[in-house]
Amino acid sequence: RGRANENICELSLVLNFNILSSQLLLLLSAMASDGGVSCLRRSEMMSVGIGGMDSPPLDVDEVHVLAVDDSLVDRIVIERLLRITSCKVTAVDSGWRALEFLGIDNENASAELDESSSFRQVPVVIMSSENVITRIDRCLEEGAEDFLLKPVKLADVKRLRNYLTRDVKLSNGNKRKLPEDSPPLTLSPDSPDSSPPPSTLSPDSSDSSSPPLSPVEIISSQLSSPIDDEDDDVLTSSPESSPSPVRRQKMRSPGLD
Amino acid sequence: MDAHVAQLQMQYRNYILSLYQQGFLDDQFTELKSLQDDGTPDFVAEVLSLFFDDCVKLVGNMARALDQTGTVDFSQVGANVHQLKGSSSSVGAKRVKGLCINFKELCEAKNYEGCVRCLQQVDIEYKTLKAKLQDMFNLEKQIVQAGGIVPQVDIN
Repeated sequence: RGRANENICELSLVLNFNILSSQLLLLLSAMASDGGVSCLRRSEMMSVGIGGMDSPPLDVDEVHVLAVDDSLVDRIVIERLLRITSCKVTAVDSGWRALEFLGIDNENASAELDESSSFRQVPVVIMSSENVITRIDRCLEEGAEDFLLKPVKLADVKRLRNYLTRDVKLSNGNKRKLPEDSPPLTLSPDSPDSSPPPSTLSPDSSDSSSPPLSPVEIISSQLSSPIDDEDDDVLTSSPESSPSPVRRQKMRSPGLD
Repeated sequence: MDAHVAQLQMQYRNYILSLYQQGFLDDQFTELKSLQDDGTPDFVAEVLSLFFDDCVKLVGNMARALDQTGTVDFSQVGANVHQLKGSSSSVGAKRVKGLCINFKELCEAKNYEGCVRCLQQVDIEYKTLKAKLQDMFNLEKQIVQAGGIVPQVDIN
Protein backbone atom coordinates (compact mmCIF):
# COMPACT_ATOMS: atom_id res chain seq x y z
CA ARG A 1 0.00 0.00 0.00
CA GLY A 2 2.84 2.36 0.74
CA ARG A 3 4.08 1.94 -2.76
CA ALA A 4 0.74 2.60 -4.29
CA ASN A 5 0.58 5.76 -2.27
CA GLU A 6 3.88 6.74 -3.70
CA ASN A 7 2.50 6.33 -7.15
CA ILE A 8 -0.27 8.66 -6.28
CA CYS A 9 2.07 11.16 -4.75
CA GLU A 10 4.51 10.95 -7.60
CA LEU A 11 2.03 11.68 -10.25
CA SER A 12 0.62 13.60 -7.49
CA LEU A 13 -1.09 16.28 -8.46
CA VAL A 14 -3.66 15.32 -5.95
CA LEU A 15 -4.38 18.36 -3.96
CA ASN A 16 -5.92 18.03 -0.62
CA PHE A 17 -7.96 20.45 1.22
CA ASN A 18 -5.55 22.52 3.18
CA ILE A 19 -6.97 21.30 6.42
CA LEU A 20 -7.58 17.71 5.60
CA SER A 21 -5.39 14.84 4.59
CA SER A 22 -8.34 12.62 4.19
CA GLN A 23 -10.97 12.45 1.55
CA LEU A 24 -13.96 14.63 1.82
CA LEU A 25 -17.51 13.73 1.14
CA LEU A 26 -20.32 16.20 1.38
CA LEU A 27 -23.52 14.90 2.90
CA LEU A 28 -26.23 17.42 2.33
CA SER A 29 -29.67 17.37 3.78
CA ALA A 30 -32.18 18.91 1.41
CA MET A 31 -33.06 21.72 3.72
CA ALA A 32 -36.07 23.77 2.90
CA SER A 33 -35.00 27.29 3.39
CA ASP A 34 -31.30 27.22 3.01
CA GLY A 35 -29.92 28.96 0.00
CA GLY A 36 -26.56 27.59 0.95
CA VAL A 37 -27.60 24.23 -0.39
CA SER A 38 -28.24 25.52 -3.87
CA CYS A 39 -24.97 27.34 -3.66
CA LEU A 40 -23.17 24.16 -2.87
CA ARG A 41 -24.84 22.42 -5.73
CA ARG A 42 -23.37 24.72 -8.28
CA SER A 43 -20.97 22.79 -10.40
CA GLU A 44 -18.00 24.89 -9.35
CA MET A 45 -18.49 23.64 -5.90
CA MET A 46 -18.39 20.08 -6.97
CA SER A 47 -14.81 20.33 -7.97
CA VAL A 48 -12.63 22.18 -5.60
CA GLY A 49 -8.97 22.73 -5.96
CA ILE A 50 -6.89 24.21 -3.27
CA GLY A 51 -3.27 25.04 -3.68
CA GLY A 52 -1.63 22.33 -1.63
CA MET A 53 2.05 22.92 -1.62
CA ASP A 54 2.95 20.29 0.78
CA SER A 55 0.13 17.89 0.66
CA PRO A 56 0.49 15.19 3.20
CA PRO A 57 0.30 11.74 1.70
CA LEU A 58 -3.24 10.76 1.03
CA ASP A 59 -4.61 8.62 3.77
CA VAL A 60 -6.91 6.66 1.59
CA ASP A 61 -8.78 4.98 4.35
CA GLU A 62 -9.68 8.11 6.15
CA VAL A 63 -12.88 9.69 5.07
CA HIS A 64 -14.02 13.03 6.25
CA VAL A 65 -17.68 13.69 5.89
CA LEU A 66 -19.02 17.17 6.04
CA ALA A 67 -22.63 16.70 7.00
CA VAL A 68 -25.01 19.55 6.53
CA ASP A 69 -28.42 19.43 8.19
CA ASP A 70 -30.51 22.03 9.88
CA SER A 71 -32.00 19.55 12.32
CA LEU A 72 -29.96 19.06 15.47
CA VAL A 73 -31.47 15.65 16.07
CA ASP A 74 -30.48 14.55 12.60
CA ARG A 75 -26.99 15.96 13.00
CA ILE A 76 -26.42 13.97 16.17
CA VAL A 77 -27.72 10.80 14.59
CA ILE A 78 -25.71 11.18 11.42
CA GLU A 79 -22.60 11.96 13.43
CA ARG A 80 -23.00 8.75 15.34
CA LEU A 81 -23.66 6.74 12.21
CA LEU A 82 -20.58 8.15 10.57
CA ARG A 83 -18.34 7.66 13.58
CA ILE A 84 -19.38 4.05 13.72
CA THR A 85 -18.27 3.64 10.13
CA SER A 86 -14.93 5.18 11.05
CA CYS A 87 -15.46 8.43 9.28
CA LYS A 88 -14.27 11.70 10.58
CA VAL A 89 -17.29 13.97 10.87
CA THR A 90 -17.95 17.64 10.83
CA ALA A 91 -21.61 18.49 11.19
CA VAL A 92 -22.84 21.96 10.39
CA ASP A 93 -26.29 23.41 10.32
CA SER A 94 -26.37 25.23 7.03
CA GLY A 95 -24.91 25.42 3.57
CA TRP A 96 -23.29 28.73 4.45
CA ARG A 97 -21.46 27.21 7.35
CA ALA A 98 -20.37 24.40 5.13
CA LEU A 99 -18.85 26.91 2.79
CA GLU A 100 -17.15 28.58 5.70
CA PHE A 101 -15.76 25.29 6.82
CA LEU A 102 -14.41 24.57 3.40
CA GLY A 103 -12.82 27.97 3.39
CA ILE A 104 -14.51 28.74 0.16
CA ASP A 105 -16.79 31.55 -0.67
CA ASN A 106 -18.38 32.42 -3.94
CA GLU A 107 -15.71 34.78 -5.14
CA ASN A 108 -12.89 32.39 -4.62
CA ALA A 109 -14.50 29.24 -5.87
CA SER A 110 -13.56 29.44 -9.52
CA ALA A 111 -10.30 31.24 -8.88
CA GLU A 112 -8.90 28.12 -7.32
CA LEU A 113 -9.39 26.00 -10.36
CA ASP A 114 -6.38 25.85 -12.56
CA GLU A 115 -6.18 23.80 -15.72
CA SER A 116 -2.82 22.37 -15.08
CA SER A 117 -3.52 21.33 -11.58
CA SER A 118 -5.47 18.28 -10.82
CA PHE A 119 -8.17 18.49 -8.30
CA ARG A 120 -10.17 16.19 -6.30
CA GLN A 121 -13.82 16.18 -6.93
CA VAL A 122 -15.86 16.18 -3.83
CA PRO A 123 -18.60 13.63 -3.95
CA VAL A 124 -21.93 14.96 -2.80
CA VAL A 125 -24.65 12.83 -1.35
CA ILE A 126 -28.09 14.24 -0.69
CA MET A 127 -30.35 13.22 2.18
CA SER A 128 -34.03 13.92 2.36
CA SER A 129 -37.18 12.67 3.97
CA GLU A 130 -39.08 13.14 0.73
CA ASN A 131 -39.21 10.16 -1.54
CA VAL A 132 -40.06 12.02 -4.69
CA ILE A 133 -38.54 10.42 -7.76
CA THR A 134 -38.38 13.58 -9.83
CA ARG A 135 -36.60 15.37 -7.06
CA ILE A 136 -34.19 12.53 -6.57
CA ASP A 137 -33.46 12.43 -10.26
CA ARG A 138 -32.88 16.14 -10.29
CA CYS A 139 -30.32 15.85 -7.50
CA LEU A 140 -28.50 13.17 -9.35
CA GLU A 141 -28.60 15.10 -12.59
CA GLU A 142 -27.07 18.03 -10.82
CA GLY A 143 -24.19 15.82 -9.90
CA ALA A 144 -25.00 14.18 -6.61
CA GLU A 145 -23.53 10.75 -6.25
CA ASP A 146 -26.40 9.31 -4.37
CA PHE A 147 -29.55 10.05 -2.49
CA LEU A 148 -30.27 8.78 1.00
CA LEU A 149 -33.83 8.62 2.17
CA LYS A 150 -34.33 9.65 5.74
CA PRO A 151 -34.42 8.33 8.37
CA VAL A 152 -30.89 7.34 7.59
CA LYS A 153 -29.71 3.96 8.75
CA LEU A 154 -26.30 2.44 9.27
CA ALA A 155 -26.56 0.44 6.06
CA ASP A 156 -27.10 3.67 4.10
CA VAL A 157 -24.09 5.32 5.66
CA LYS A 158 -21.90 2.33 4.97
CA ARG A 159 -22.69 2.83 1.33
CA LEU A 160 -21.17 6.29 1.47
CA ARG A 161 -17.72 4.84 1.56
CA ASN A 162 -18.29 3.72 -1.97
CA TYR A 163 -18.39 7.28 -3.13
CA LEU A 164 -15.00 8.23 -1.95
CA THR A 165 -13.33 9.97 -4.68
CA ARG A 166 -10.00 8.80 -5.83
CA ASP A 167 -10.24 10.97 -8.86
CA VAL A 168 -6.84 11.91 -9.99
CA LYS A 169 -6.77 14.00 -13.06
CA LEU A 170 -3.36 13.66 -14.54
CA SER A 171 -1.77 16.08 -16.89
CA ASN A 172 -0.30 13.21 -18.85
CA GLY A 173 -3.81 12.15 -19.62
CA ASN A 174 -3.25 8.72 -18.25
CA LYS A 175 -6.54 6.95 -18.41
CA ARG A 176 -7.77 3.60 -17.45
CA LYS A 177 -10.47 1.70 -19.12
CA LEU A 178 -13.59 1.40 -17.06
CA PRO A 179 -15.05 -1.96 -16.32
CA GLU A 180 -18.50 -2.81 -17.68
CA ASP A 181 -21.30 -0.78 -16.31
CA SER A 182 -23.19 -2.44 -13.58
CA PRO A 183 -26.92 -2.90 -14.06
CA PRO A 184 -29.18 0.09 -13.44
CA LEU A 185 -30.07 0.75 -9.85
CA THR A 186 -33.41 1.08 -8.02
CA LEU A 187 -33.71 3.32 -5.08
CA SER A 188 -35.37 1.78 -2.09
CA PRO A 189 -35.63 3.28 1.36
CA ASP A 190 -34.94 0.03 3.06
CA SER A 191 -31.52 -0.99 2.01
CA PRO A 192 -30.38 -4.32 3.34
CA ASP A 193 -27.29 -4.51 5.41
CA SER A 194 -25.17 -6.09 2.75
CA SER A 195 -23.64 -4.33 -0.21
CA PRO A 196 -25.77 -1.81 -2.06
CA PRO A 197 -28.77 -3.37 -3.75
CA PRO A 198 -29.32 -2.88 -7.45
CA SER A 199 -31.67 0.02 -7.89
CA THR A 200 -33.37 2.09 -10.56
CA LEU A 201 -34.34 5.60 -9.95
CA SER A 202 -36.66 6.23 -12.78
CA PRO A 203 -37.49 4.39 -15.93
CA ASP A 204 -36.14 7.07 -18.18
CA SER A 205 -33.07 8.18 -16.39
CA SER A 206 -30.64 5.98 -18.21
CA ASP A 207 -30.56 8.13 -21.30
CA SER A 208 -30.08 11.41 -19.57
CA SER A 209 -27.21 13.67 -20.40
CA SER A 210 -23.90 13.16 -18.79
CA PRO A 211 -23.50 14.72 -15.39
CA PRO A 212 -21.41 17.78 -14.68
CA LEU A 213 -19.37 15.60 -12.40
CA SER A 214 -17.29 12.84 -13.76
CA PRO A 215 -18.17 9.55 -12.22
CA VAL A 216 -16.01 8.37 -9.42
CA GLU A 217 -13.27 5.95 -10.18
CA ILE A 218 -12.31 3.82 -7.33
CA ILE A 219 -8.67 3.11 -6.91
CA SER A 220 -8.98 1.57 -3.54
CA SER A 221 -8.97 -1.84 -5.10
CA GLN A 222 -5.47 -0.99 -6.20
CA LEU A 223 -4.39 0.49 -3.01
CA SER A 224 -5.79 -1.77 -0.42
CA SER A 225 -5.57 -5.14 -2.07
CA PRO A 226 -2.80 -7.10 -0.43
CA ILE A 227 -1.32 -8.16 -3.72
CA ASP A 228 -1.41 -4.88 -5.57
CA ASP A 229 1.84 -3.04 -6.00
CA GLU A 230 2.81 -4.63 -9.24
CA ASP A 231 0.00 -2.76 -10.86
CA ASP A 232 0.91 0.87 -10.99
CA ASP A 233 -1.90 2.03 -13.13
CA VAL A 234 -3.40 5.05 -11.66
CA LEU A 235 -7.03 5.51 -12.23
CA THR A 236 -8.48 8.62 -13.53
CA SER A 237 -11.91 9.64 -14.49
CA SER A 238 -12.97 10.87 -17.84
CA PRO A 239 -16.17 12.63 -18.61
CA GLU A 240 -17.20 10.23 -21.33
CA SER A 241 -16.66 7.11 -19.35
CA SER A 242 -20.16 6.68 -18.05
CA PRO A 243 -23.42 8.02 -19.37
CA SER A 244 -25.30 7.94 -16.16
CA PRO A 245 -24.54 9.18 -12.69
CA VAL A 246 -26.33 6.25 -11.16
CA ARG A 247 -24.22 3.53 -12.65
CA ARG A 248 -21.87 2.36 -10.08
CA GLN A 249 -19.31 -0.36 -10.14
CA LYS A 250 -19.44 -2.81 -7.30
CA MET A 251 -16.70 -2.30 -4.83
CA ARG A 252 -14.31 -5.09 -4.20
CA SER A 253 -11.97 -3.60 -1.76
CA PRO A 254 -11.34 -5.67 1.31
CA GLY A 255 -9.17 -3.01 2.78
CA LEU A 256 -11.90 -0.48 3.07
CA ASP A 257 -14.42 -2.42 5.08
CA MET B 1 -29.39 -15.86 38.37
CA ASP B 2 -30.92 -13.27 40.59
CA ALA B 3 -34.67 -13.58 40.54
CA HIS B 4 -35.19 -9.92 41.05
CA VAL B 5 -33.02 -9.01 38.10
CA ALA B 6 -34.73 -11.60 35.94
CA GLN B 7 -38.09 -10.19 36.84
CA LEU B 8 -37.01 -6.66 36.04
CA GLN B 9 -35.58 -7.80 32.76
CA MET B 10 -38.82 -9.52 31.87
CA GLN B 11 -40.75 -6.42 32.76
CA TYR B 12 -38.43 -4.38 30.61
CA ARG B 13 -38.80 -6.68 27.65
CA ASN B 14 -42.55 -6.64 27.88
CA TYR B 15 -42.61 -2.92 28.22
CA ILE B 16 -40.51 -2.34 25.15
CA LEU B 17 -42.56 -4.78 23.14
CA SER B 18 -45.74 -3.03 24.16
CA LEU B 19 -44.34 0.31 23.03
CA TYR B 20 -43.76 -1.12 19.60
CA GLN B 21 -47.04 -2.95 19.50
CA GLN B 22 -48.99 0.12 20.45
CA GLY B 23 -47.28 2.05 17.72
CA PHE B 24 -45.29 4.43 19.86
CA LEU B 25 -42.02 3.32 18.35
CA ASP B 26 -40.89 1.97 15.03
CA ASP B 27 -37.79 0.37 13.57
CA GLN B 28 -35.85 3.59 13.52
CA PHE B 29 -35.87 3.44 17.31
CA THR B 30 -34.42 -0.03 17.04
CA GLU B 31 -31.77 1.38 14.75
CA LEU B 32 -30.88 4.05 17.31
CA LYS B 33 -30.58 1.49 20.04
CA SER B 34 -28.25 -0.52 17.90
CA LEU B 35 -25.96 2.49 17.58
CA GLN B 36 -25.47 2.65 21.31
CA ASP B 37 -22.65 0.71 22.86
CA ASP B 38 -20.63 0.55 26.04
CA GLY B 39 -18.61 3.51 24.85
CA THR B 40 -21.71 5.59 24.23
CA PRO B 41 -24.18 4.40 26.86
CA ASP B 42 -26.21 7.59 26.81
CA PHE B 43 -26.60 7.97 23.10
CA VAL B 44 -30.29 7.10 22.88
CA ALA B 45 -31.14 9.19 25.91
CA GLU B 46 -29.24 12.12 24.44
CA VAL B 47 -30.94 11.95 21.09
CA LEU B 48 -34.37 11.61 22.65
CA SER B 49 -33.71 14.52 24.93
CA LEU B 50 -32.86 16.67 21.94
CA PHE B 51 -35.96 15.43 20.20
CA PHE B 52 -38.20 16.41 23.06
CA ASP B 53 -36.55 19.82 23.22
CA ASP B 54 -37.33 20.12 19.56
CA CYS B 55 -40.95 19.20 20.23
CA VAL B 56 -41.30 21.94 22.80
CA LYS B 57 -39.80 24.50 20.47
CA LEU B 58 -41.70 23.49 17.37
CA VAL B 59 -45.06 23.06 19.09
CA GLY B 60 -44.53 26.51 20.55
CA ASN B 61 -43.81 27.92 17.11
CA MET B 62 -46.88 26.28 15.67
CA ALA B 63 -49.08 27.49 18.49
CA ARG B 64 -47.89 31.03 17.93
CA ALA B 65 -48.36 30.78 14.20
CA LEU B 66 -51.90 29.51 14.71
CA ASP B 67 -52.68 32.13 17.26
CA GLN B 68 -52.81 35.05 14.87
CA THR B 69 -55.76 37.31 15.23
CA GLY B 70 -55.41 38.13 11.57
CA THR B 71 -54.50 35.66 8.88
CA VAL B 72 -52.66 32.52 9.77
CA ASP B 73 -49.46 31.82 7.92
CA PHE B 74 -50.04 28.16 7.12
CA SER B 75 -46.73 27.81 5.36
CA GLN B 76 -45.04 28.83 8.55
CA VAL B 77 -47.00 26.22 10.46
CA GLY B 78 -46.20 23.72 7.74
CA ALA B 79 -42.50 24.44 7.92
CA ASN B 80 -42.49 23.63 11.62
CA VAL B 81 -44.56 20.51 11.03
CA HIS B 82 -42.04 19.43 8.43
CA GLN B 83 -39.21 19.79 10.89
CA LEU B 84 -41.08 17.88 13.56
CA LYS B 85 -41.91 15.18 11.09
CA GLY B 86 -38.25 14.91 10.25
CA SER B 87 -36.97 14.62 13.76
CA SER B 88 -39.74 12.28 14.91
CA SER B 89 -38.92 10.10 11.95
CA SER B 90 -35.24 10.12 12.86
CA VAL B 91 -35.86 8.87 16.39
CA GLY B 92 -38.59 6.38 15.61
CA ALA B 93 -41.40 8.32 17.27
CA LYS B 94 -44.01 6.64 15.13
CA ARG B 95 -47.20 8.21 16.42
CA VAL B 96 -45.79 11.71 16.44
CA LYS B 97 -44.59 11.21 12.91
CA GLY B 98 -47.98 9.94 11.81
CA LEU B 99 -49.69 12.96 13.28
CA CYS B 100 -47.26 15.22 11.48
CA ILE B 101 -48.17 13.64 8.18
CA ASN B 102 -51.83 14.49 8.78
CA PHE B 103 -50.91 17.87 10.09
CA LYS B 104 -49.02 18.67 6.92
CA GLU B 105 -52.08 17.95 4.82
CA LEU B 106 -54.20 20.14 7.06
CA CYS B 107 -51.74 22.98 6.62
CA GLU B 108 -51.78 22.56 2.89
CA ALA B 109 -55.56 22.65 2.97
CA LYS B 110 -55.37 25.69 5.22
CA ASN B 111 -57.78 23.97 7.55
CA TYR B 112 -57.55 26.15 10.63
CA GLU B 113 -59.65 24.09 13.00
CA GLY B 114 -58.07 20.90 11.80
CA CYS B 115 -54.64 22.36 12.46
CA VAL B 116 -55.54 23.51 15.92
CA ARG B 117 -56.92 20.08 16.81
CA CYS B 118 -53.96 18.33 15.32
CA LEU B 119 -51.56 20.52 17.22
CA GLN B 120 -53.29 19.57 20.45
CA GLN B 121 -52.90 15.93 19.54
CA VAL B 122 -49.24 16.39 18.74
CA ASP B 123 -48.74 18.06 22.07
CA ILE B 124 -50.39 15.21 23.95
CA GLU B 125 -48.61 12.61 21.90
CA TYR B 126 -45.08 13.76 22.38
CA LYS B 127 -45.65 14.22 26.10
CA THR B 128 -47.09 10.73 26.35
CA LEU B 129 -44.11 9.32 24.53
CA LYS B 130 -41.77 11.24 26.75
CA ALA B 131 -43.37 9.75 29.85
CA LYS B 132 -43.28 6.24 28.41
CA LEU B 133 -39.63 6.49 27.50
CA GLN B 134 -38.83 7.90 30.90
CA ASP B 135 -40.38 4.77 32.39
CA MET B 136 -38.27 2.71 30.05
CA PHE B 137 -35.08 4.46 31.14
CA ASN B 138 -36.06 4.05 34.76
CA LEU B 139 -36.44 0.34 34.28
CA GLU B 140 -33.02 0.21 32.69
CA LYS B 141 -31.58 1.99 35.67
CA GLN B 142 -33.26 -0.39 38.06
CA ILE B 143 -31.88 -3.38 36.23
CA VAL B 144 -28.37 -1.99 36.32
CA GLN B 145 -28.66 -1.05 39.96
CA ALA B 146 -29.82 -4.57 40.75
CA GLY B 147 -26.64 -5.82 39.14
CA GLY B 148 -28.10 -6.98 35.86
CA ILE B 149 -27.61 -5.95 32.28
CA VAL B 150 -30.25 -4.37 30.13
CA PRO B 151 -31.44 -6.99 27.67
CA GLN B 152 -31.49 -6.44 23.93
CA VAL B 153 -35.08 -6.79 22.94
CA ASP B 154 -35.76 -8.50 19.67
CA ILE B 155 -38.80 -6.86 18.19
CA ASN B 156 -39.60 -9.45 15.58
